[in-house]
Amino acid sequence: MAATTVPDKTTRRHAGRAAGPRTQGGRGGLSRKLSQNLQAYGFLIGAILCFGFFSWYPMVREFIMSFQQTRRGVTSWVGFKNIKTVYHDPYFWTAWKNTGMFTLYALVIGFVVPFFVAILLNELRHARAYLRILVYLPVMLPPVAGALLFKYFYNPEYGLFNRILKIFHLPTSQWLDSSHTALISVVVAATWMSMGSATLIYLAALQNIPGELYEAADLDGAGLWSKIWHVTVPQTRLVLSLMLLLQIVATMQEFTNVFLMAGGNGPENSTMTVVYMVYQYGYRYNNFGGAAALGLFLLLVLAGFSGLYARLNRNAD
Amino acid sequence: MSRIRYRRLVAVALVAGIGLTSAACSSSDKKDDNGGSKASSSSAGTPLDPKTKVTISVDCMPPTTKKPERKQWLDDIAEFHKTYPNVTINSKDTFPCEDTDKFTAQLQGSSETDVFYSYVTDLNQVLDAGQAADITAYVNDKTVPNLKDIDPNVLAILKDDGKLYGLPTTNYSMGLVYNRKIFKDAGLDPDKPPTTWDEIRTDSKVIQDKLGSKGIHGFFEYGAGNQGGWHLTSALYGAGNNVVSEDGTKAAFNGPEATSILQTIHDMRWVDNSMPASAGKEWGESQKAMGAGQIGMYLAAPDDIQLMVQQYGANFNDLGMAPIPGGKTSLMGGNDYFFKKSDSPDQIKAGIAWINFKFLTLKKGQFNYARNKTDGIPVGLPQPFFFTGQSKATDTADKTQYATVPVQNYKSYVDAQVPVKGEPPNAQKLYTVLDTVMSGVLSNKGADIGKLLSSAETQANQLLAAGQ
Repeated sequence: MAATTVPDKTTRRHAGRAAGPRTQGGRGGLSRKLSQNLQAYGFLIGAILCFGFFSWYPMVREFIMSFQQTRRGVTSWVGFKNIKTVYHDPYFWTAWKNTGMFTLYALVIGFVVPFFVAILLNELRHARAYLRILVYLPVMLPPVAGALLFKYFYNPEYGLFNRILKIFHLPTSQWLDSSHTALISVVVAATWMSMGSATLIYLAALQNIPGELYEAADLDGAGLWSKIWHVTVPQTRLVLSLMLLLQIVATMQEFTNVFLMAGGNGPENSTMTVVYMVYQYGYRYNNFGGAAALGLFLLLVLAGFSGLYARLNRNAD
Repeated sequence: MSRIRYRRLVAVALVAGIGLTSAACSSSDKKDDNGGSKASSSSAGTPLDPKTKVTISVDCMPPTTKKPERKQWLDDIAEFHKTYPNVTINSKDTFPCEDTDKFTAQLQGSSETDVFYSYVTDLNQVLDAGQAADITAYVNDKTVPNLKDIDPNVLAILKDDGKLYGLPTTNYSMGLVYNRKIFKDAGLDPDKPPTTWDEIRTDSKVIQDKLGSKGIHGFFEYGAGNQGGWHLTSALYGAGNNVVSEDGTKAAFNGPEATSILQTIHDMRWVDNSMPASAGKEWGESQKAMGAGQIGMYLAAPDDIQLMVQQYGANFNDLGMAPIPGGKTSLMGGNDYFFKKSDSPDQIKAGIAWINFKFLTLKKGQFNYARNKTDGIPVGLPQPFFFTGQSKATDTADKTQYATVPVQNYKSYVDAQVPVKGEPPNAQKLYTVLDTVMSGVLSNKGADIGKLLSSAETQANQLLAAGQ
């Protein structure tokens, strides 16, 4: 390849740095570097400003706020008081339990179902494009509209689901109005609304698997499950693990659906999630320090998951 | 950077970016000075000089969909200008006047108007955000001529440490709204609404038995969004109970009255089936159901009546108002205007002059009943009731003269004169706890009320001890 004889800009830059970056130091070196990369910095500046203002600055503020308290317009440092307060909140563990359960249900339903729907779509020979659109349609529905639609479906008196059950003389359910079924009802609705995106991503990954691998598996006498387990899953491992992480990150921050469908805390606090509790602290209790402290707890847990993800991938590499 | 490190960094950044921002909605630095507003001006107690040129922004202007109210607002500004030609009022139309989430965000961002609308129960929140000016020095019988007749209990809700921060515009106390037509159709006497929880249960069952086949339920109760807790507090006040001890350090709701009320609600829901099956009801749903003639009764404030007529197609003749069951004390609420801490003394004076003209002067502004009658705005609803003495007598006479709604429908509520009581300290936290109790009763047929109350008591004590 030509790259071995005609170094491109990148390799030239690296070569120069290797030869003695310190000799290039100082104002002259810096300005030369800046002028060399001016175009790249120009492209970057918008993204950096956006991230700076809308992501990183709020994060820094949030970290600071978690150690502050504002009373009568006076903001003061309170050390770990906010963290202790939220930790000793009687609903702290309830919220974590619900969040954990929500994530678990969402993984069982929202992670596995789209994967198998994608496999099914991939195997179809006819009407695949139409079905793809059908599967993706709920994603196009505004989340608020979807949540309110399901709230109506779940109504124990006149909702669609109980009407269908009654037609077949099956026992009806309280759905969102029972502490036993509220959380899972929200998960089902949330999965329906979001599975289209995951399905399409899985489908794209499946279509990149070379057909020869399945042919070889067929020749070896592999059955359907064997092919899925030994060919499909390993070939889509990277996508699966990334989707798993994204799913955990997204579901652990569940707020919209529980807020709209179950009034936030739900029957006997059965749908109170950590992020709903953050909302309660901020917008109901007017305790933004407490809300920020809860956000820190959530960050630590999610950072733990991401660390685990990175470790698993490093091992896999 | 190696691929692995890069991937790890991306993963952590992704999580951090999404995770932390959920709690970082507020970013405003609070002012560290706690000095008063410029209230110490020597001329603070004098009315605004009509020659003073000043501009104020004021929210809660009625929206375009409320044509008569909006027209009256604009007409009142024009009339106000006759006295104060140099005051410019920039009105912001908002409906509802206060969205609690938006209001919180505005306070955090100091983006409220110079004179801003609020619920009277928001005082602590507004003060903690450092957004309200101390108007004590500005308010006297020269700037607010009817001041001596405003109920001191109402003004007390707007005071902190002896300092006044707001002026009331309306107030209410909780009671029982009921559908007189449904009562009549069910064979009940609409002039004898229930006054105890036992009577509510009896009437609710009659309504269900007679009209249940038409999809009509006897009673309605909230069980989500802290509103179940709010209603349980109202019910306990009606029974003469407190929800916290006098010093505000201990929960005081766990007692025979609470057990009895909750048992009645449970039995209405699960034994008599005279309540809707859905437990997760919130504010707005009861008004909609009552407006559509689907429920017989629910706990509410009188302002719900106007809302149900204007927004949900109810008829004034069909709606009645009775005192809160038990009738010992009633939870009071209402609305007011605060003055932004950064207002100049002249802005505060101009704001007080406007609020006084629009909301606190008999026969003017909201009390111009003759105009309300002409414009089709209901006259005769049992609120506001913050005037005492001569002002009250004049107001009652005017209201009776120009009444456009059937005032006899609210007679039992008005005659009862139930003493009012403000919200408990840490109200929203207590409502969250009591919500659990209410939703437990409404969603679980086998609910153990004693256990629900004990558990809630422990949780409330934890919250109160934390002194958040």
